[in-house]
Amino acid sequence: MKSQAIAKYWYPLSALVLLLGAAWIWFSTAPPDLAASEAVQAPHQGFLAPDFELRNAAGESIRLSDLRGQAILLNIWATWCPPCQAEMPAMQAVYEAYQEDGFVILAVNAANQDDRQAVLSFIQEYSLTFPVLFDDSGSVAQTYLANALPTSFFIDRDGVIQEVVVGGPMSQALLHEQVQSLLEQP
Amino acid sequence: MLPILHIGPLAIQTPGLILLLGLWIGISLTERQAHHHAIPAGKIYNLILWSAAAGIVAARLSYIASHFSSFAESPGSIVSLNTALLDPWAGAAGAFLAALIYGHRSQLPFWNTLDALTHLLAVFAVASGLSHLASGDAYGAPADLPWSIWLWGAYRHPSQVYETGAALFILFALWPQKGFIRPQAPGVRFLTFIALTAAARLFLEAFRGDSTLLPGGLRLAQLAAWIVLAACLWGLRKWIK
Repeated sequence: MKSQAIAKYWYPLSALVLLLGAAWIWFSTAPPDLAASEAVQAPHQGFLAPDFELRNAAGESIRLSDLRGQAILLNIWATWCPPCQAEMPAMQAVYEAYQEDGFVILAVNAANQDDRQAVLSFIQEYSLTFPVLFDDSGSVAQTYLANALPTSFFIDRDGVIQEVVVGGPMSQALLHEQVQSLLEQP
Repeated sequence: MLPILHIGPLAIQTPGLILLLGLWIGISLTERQAHHHAIPAGKIYNLILWSAAAGIVAARLSYIASHFSSFAESPGSIVSLNTALLDPWAGAAGAFLAALIYGHRSQLPFWNTLDALTHLLAVFAVASGLSHLASGDAYGAPADLPWSIWLWGAYRHPSQVYETGAALFILFALWPQKGFIRPQAPGVRFLTFIALTAAARLFLEAFRGDSTLLPGGLRLAQLAAWIVLAACLWGLRKWIK
C-alpha cells in the first residue's frame, strides 16, 4: 500500500526533493569570509603556516615569516629516523635544482629528542647546504602536530600550506612535483 | 583528531588504518551477502581485487605520464609507495574499466553486482568519515554552537561527525535483510544508496569549511550531488512503478 502510494506520486515527490535540494544549495551559498580561513595559522593544508623563529648551527636566527615570497619546504626530522635519512639526498638535489628560483628548505631538527653532535656530523656526511634549524624545546614540532617523523610541509610564496606529507621517505619525483607546483603559483 | 597511532616503535597513520579496516570489513560483508544477489562470493572478491590492482596501476601510470620529466630524473620513484604520486581520477577510471571487463568475462549480472558492491561502498563511506575525523580533513565551517569542536584555529561544525553519522544511517537503513529499506528488484539497492549518499552530501556540504567554491559562493560538491540525486531518482522510477 505504502509502496503503491510512493509509486503513484514518484514524479511529484522527486520534483519536490530536487526543488528542496536546489533551494538548500541557494540558501547555503558560502559566505564571503569562508575563504578567509587561510588567514588563520594552522598546520593543515589551506591555512597559513604557523610562524616560528629558530637558530641554526652557527647560532643565526631564522624566522619563517621573513621568508614570505619564497616557496618553502619545512621538513621536521631527526638523525635516528631512517626515512629522514633516506630522503635527505633527494631534498638536497631538489634544493640545488630550484634554489635560484626562490625555493628554500628549512630542515627543523627535533633537537629535544636528538643529539647535537650527531646532527652536525649528519650535515657534513650528507653535504647539506640548506638551513638546518634546532628545535631545542620541541615547540615547533608540537605546533605543527608532527607526531611522526619525518613530517613535511610545502608552503607557497604567500605562506599558505599547500601540502602536508606525513612519513617518508619522499621520492625525488614527489619533491620535484611539489616544488614546481609551488613555484608556478603567482 | 588522532592522525598518528603509536604502537611501540611504530607510528601508524590512523586515517589510512581506518580506511583499510573499512575496506576489509566491507569486503567481508560483501562476500557474505553475495549469494543474496545471485553472485558467487569468489567472483565478487576477484572483481574487487582486480579493480583495486588496476586502479592503483592506472593511477600511477597516469601520474607518471603527466609528470614524465620528474620521473625521468629519478626512475626509482615509479615504484614509490607515496600515495601523493597517484592520479585519483585515472585510478577510478582504471578500476571501473577492470570491473567492467572482469564482470563481462565472468558473466556477472550488472545490477546484481552493483547491489552486492553497495555493502562495501556503505561500510567504506563510514570509514571515510572516521578517517576524516582522525586526520582533521573535510573540516567544518566556523560556528559558535554548543557542539562545535576546536579545530584548525577555530570552533567549527563537527562536519566529520555529521558525515560519519549520515553514512552510518545509510548503512543501517540498507543493512542486509534487516534495514528499514529492503530493495527487491536488482539495482534498487545500489541506486538508493547513491541517492541517499548524494542527498546527505548535498545537505551536509553546507556546513563544510573547505568547499570548492564557484562564482556566487555556490559549492561545487552540492551541485554535483544534486545532479547525481536527480539521475538516481530518474533511474529508480522504472522499479518504483
